Formats: sequence, C-alpha cells, structure tokens
Amino acid sequence: MSQGSPPALRRLLANLRAMPRAFWETAFRSGKPTTDRTRSAFVFGNVFYHLHSARVHRWSLRWPTTWGLGLITFWSFALTVVTGILLMFYYMPYPEGAYESMKDIQFVVPTGRLVRNLHRWACNVMVVAVFLHMARVFYTAAYRAPREFNWVAGILLMALTLALAFTGYLLPWDQLAYWAITIGANIAQSPREVTDALGVTHIFDPGGLQKLLLLGSEEVGKEALLRFYLLHIMILPLVLVALLAVHFWRIRKDGGLARPDDAGQRLGPPPPGTYPVFTEEPQKTYQLAAIVRGRTPQVSQGPENTLPAMPHVFYAELGVLMFTVFLCMLLAVFWDAPLKELANPQVPENPAKAPWYFLGLQEIVSFSAFTGGIGIPTLCVIALGLIPYLDRERDGTGLWFGGPGGVRLFLGSVAFGLAAVIGVEAFAIQFGWLREWWLDVPQLLVTFVNPGTVLVLIYFLYSVWVARRYNSTRAGALAVFTCFLCGFIILTIIGTYLRGPNWEFYWSQADWPVH
Amino acid sequence: MTTKPSSAGETRSRLDPEAVARRDFLGLAARCSAATAFLLATLGLARLPKTAVLPSPSKKFRVTLPESLPPGEPYQPPGRSVAVFRDEDGVYAISKICTHLGCIVNPVPTGFDCPCHGSRFDAKGDVIRGPAPKPLDWLAVARAADNTYLIDEGSTVPLGTKEMA
Repeated sequence: MSQGSPPALRRLLANLRAMPRAFWETAFRSGKPTTDRTRSAFVFGNVFYHLHSARVHRWSLRWPTTWGLGLITFWSFALTVVTGILLMFYYMPYPEGAYESMKDIQFVVPTGRLVRNLHRWACNVMVVAVFLHMARVFYTAAYRAPREFNWVAGILLMALTLALAFTGYLLPWDQLAYWAITIGANIAQSPREVTDALGVTHIFDPGGLQKLLLLGSEEVGKEALLRFYLLHIMILPLVLVALLAVHFWRIRKDGGLARPDDAGQRLGPPPPGTYPVFTEEPQKTYQLAAIVRGRTPQVSQGPENTLPAMPHVFYAELGVLMFTVFLCMLLAVFWDAPLKELANPQVPENPAKAPWYFLGLQEIVSFSAFTGGIGIPTLCVIALGLIPYLDRERDGTGLWFGGPGGVRLFLGSVAFGLAAVIGVEAFAIQFGWLREWWLDVPQLLVTFVNPGTVLVLIYFLYSVWVARRYNSTRAGALAVFTCFLCGFIILTIIGTYLRGPNWEFYWSQADWPVH
Repeated sequence: MTTKPSSAGETRSRLDPEAVARRDFLGLAARCSAATAFLLATLGLARLPKTAVLPSPSKKFRVTLPESLPPGEPYQPPGRSVAVFRDEDGVYAISKICTHLGCIVNPVPTGFDCPCHGSRFDAKGDVIRGPAPKPLDWLAVARAADNTYLIDEGSTVPLGTKEMA
C-alpha cells in the first residue's frame, strides 16, 4: 500500500498521457503520408478521399487539361449548400413571411447580407462553371468511350443546376421572383399552344398537368412557394448529390481523365524533384483471366507517369477551392443580390426578365412559348446526350479541339454560328415575323416556323455539311456544338442588354421610354 | 462437370436440367411481382402532389361601373386582372392575363399591350402582334343590379358576348 501507486493506476496515467497520440493513430491508421505505401493508404483508408484513385496520371494534373472547371462547379455547389443551410435559419417559406425574412436577412441578421450574396454568387459561378466545364469536356473530346455515360450524367447535372437556380429564384417573393416564376410556370403549361391549336386540350393536356404539379394551384401563390422551397432545399439537392457521386465515381472507373494515347511523349520527362513518378515497367506481370472486362485494370503495363494523389491532387483541389471561395467572396462583397419590391400579382415588371442564364431562352420564348420554352431546349438536351453515341471516332481524344478540322473548324464554326444567329435576329427585329405580315396566320405555323426553329435548322444543315466535307462525325459534332454555344451566348446578350419595355429592341438602356 | 448431353427419347434423369428450371421460374415470378409492386407504389406516391381540390380563391366578384364610364374605356376593378367595358351593345369583361405566358397586359388606346414579350391585342382582344397563341379571354358577365355586374374570372364566353345594360 505504501510503496507508491499501484501498477494499474500507473498504467492508467501512462495511457492517459499517450491518449492524444493514440487517438490520432487510431483515427488515421496509415500514419504520415511520406512513403508511396502510406500515401496510397491515406487515400483509400479515408472515407472522404477514397473516391479518388491512389495515383493519377501527370496529364490530369496539367492546368490546360481541365482548367479546374469541374472542381469550380463542385466547390461553388458546396458553397451554396453551406450558405443555403445558413439562410434556412431565418427564411420562412410562406408569402407573408418570405419577403419579410429576406429583408431581415438583408438588413438585420449579422452577416446575413454577405451570406445571401454569397449564395447568389456561388449559384451564378456554378452555372457559368457548369457550362464551361461542359465546353471543356466537349472540345477535348473527353466524352468518348469509355466515358459516354458520364457525359450523359453531366448533362443531367447541368439540367439539375439550372433547375436549382430557377427554384431558388422564387423564394424571395419579390417582383423579380414572382414574374419569373409566373412565366416559368406558363412555359410548363405551353404544350397547350399545340394542343389548343389541334383542339385536343380537353382530352390530352400535358401542359395543364405540368403547371398544376409545379404550382399546386392555378396561380402562383403559397402552394407554389412551398413546392419550390421543397424542390430547392430537398428534392433537387438530393438528386444532384446522388448523381454527383455517380459522376465522380465514374471518372475513376472510366480510367481517370481522358488523355491522348501518346500523353507520355507529349509530357516529356517529369520535372526534377517531382515525387515519385513511376516510369518503369513493373517487375512482375500478372495474368488476369476473365475476372474483369474492359481496359481496367491495365495488364502488363506499368502505372507510368503517375503521381500519388496525396498530395498532388489534394493540393490542386484545395487550390481550386481557395480560388472559388475568393471569387465568390469578391463578388459578394462588392455586388449585392437584387431584392425588388414585394410581389404584386397585378403589375408585372416591365420588362420582366428571368435570371441571365434564362434570357437566351426568354428571347426565343418571345417567338413561341412552346417551341422556345420546351421544344428547342428538349431538342438541345437530347442532342447533347447523343453526342458520344454518334461520334465514335478515336482521333484527337484528350486534346483541345482534337479531331479533324481542329482549331480552324472551331473558328469557322464560331464565325458561322455568330453570323447565323445575328442575321436571323436582325431580320426578325427589323422586319417582324409571320404575324406581322399575315394577321390570321394559323398558330401551328408560328409555333413551328419562327426565328428559333429557323436558327436550329440552319445550324443543323451547317453541321451536316461539315460532317460530309470532313468525312468525320467529330467534325459535325464540333460544328453543331460550337454553333449552339454561339447562339446561346448571342441570344443571352440580346435578352439581357438589348431588350427593353414590352420586349422591344433598344440599343441601350438609356433609350428606354420613361414611364 | 461430367454430365452427358441427354439425347431425345431418353427419360430425363432427376439430375438433368429442366427445360425451365423451377428456381428460375420462381425467381422470375418474384422479380416481376416485386417490380410491379414497386411501380404501383411509385405511381401511388406520385399521385399525391396533384391536388384534387384547387385552393384558388373565389373567381366571382361584383363590380359597380361608374355612371360616367365612356364607351370603350376600361374600368379596372382593383385586385382583379380584368378590364370591364360598357358600350351601346352592353357590358363585357376581358381578362388581362396574356395568353402567351401569363403576364398582365396594359390597356392602351389601340387595345392591350403585354409588357413581357411584346404581344399586342386589339380592343376586342384579338392578337395583332407577337407570340400570344390565342385572343384574350372574354369573361362571363351577369347583371346583378343597376350598374352592378357579377363577373366570373373562371368562366370564359365567346368573343363579342355582351351583357345588355
């Protein structure tokens, strides 16, 4: 009893002293990522990192391979999730409360204005980045086998991004929101333009059903606000996160980022001091007999020119995160998210404009609700999804503007795409369209023959011509994708800057009539 | 591994494979019933968001026209998207909801202009320009008392239907 502490107590104290270190070691079992083995274990031993492969090709880490666009999209999404959850502390999803709580968030809640601005700007950054990311994947021909399905998943993610942006637009319940949603809900109803013209609306009314499901009522009211809130904070994010997991997982399962077959020669030897790059053939070869199909895992080929994901990939991801947050923060500090006066169902804004990424759509909607709002967008999404299944060539995969035609065809398509959209728009603005020449024109003719469909037809014929001229499906795809991108940009610019009250054309906002 | 292919005429042994294996059949039936159950359940759940009773407020309202309302001039009852007119033939009401995408049109001397996408309508509500696919709706008007009329925003009538003053 008297000779010091009993051994058990001494052990307990020793264990207590060793506890912090032991806790760390049990949490991160692989130890410090200093050797090749522990660097790999760092990746696959961690639930948050294990979507990554343990090693990545040097080609994937070059900035020009991706410009980090997919990561910017992801990080800005993460930023909207964080700021969105913060906004939910105060936001009240019913008409009397919504606008009041937006005012509170804007003027009373500590950091409320900044968090709301961040949410809005991160959303905008996400929309821009998702478009640029798609363009990057297209122009580097990275959608090709075995990555076709992931391209389709990406198209769906782009649609979900736009749906999230649109549903969030209603929530402030201000004039901007109310009329954008009224227009959006009536676009959902616009199949009636066709069913009415055919006289079958009373038996077949998909438009009415869509609007009813979206609004839960005949007009934009508290039911619609609740539904948009539910879509915005629950349904769409859940679907998006699930699809995002598939999208990331497939990057890895499809063999990492697309790269040309001769990526090794193009890269040259690794810069001195780059740790550690595998360049030799492995000492052993393995026989894999019919366990897996396809090109992974690679047999009789070493992981040449690969780097451990820890730290190289993680540093790159962290860098892009810093850039994304910096960009959003910069925008959020200097530019406030708009908040107009309380929604007034009797007086629309004039002009009533959707958020900028829908203004290209609004421009073609001003020719025909159904064609512009549903027909052409659906056609575009289907066409985008078909690209990897129609272009099965191999030439130029992983290279910017790879494939027949290359940069010259891209520039030519830009010129043609811009000329066509500006020409068609200028004609429609200067001379009007069918109804201005022939007052009693049948509605179906306006629905199917309008500047929007004419433009689609011109682009389609051009790309068919290009595909024949270069004798290449890739060249045709390059032409049509570039044309639609040009059309989207020009229509968005016209909708944003050159349309004034009553959707009339004005060269500048200074020319708008004063009310 | 050593089973011989059974030739015709030979009686089938207990060990020989059946034409459609019983397990396969049961498995297929189980999968089909599970798929059917899942499909029906999903359809049932999908039925929920489609409201059976519309929560819209009453669409009927009374309006008293001022004695001095000149013919062809709109009277716009507050809180309603309707323009009411009176001329020598009677009283009529035209909905101000644009048939294109639901914006509220503004009465102007030539008829109605839509602020959202530039549709224009003449004084009778017929489309004269822009993307609107249909003329503006004419609404049911019933005379309630002198100068007081019952207007139903939920019920449309053919163009040119006027209620005798």
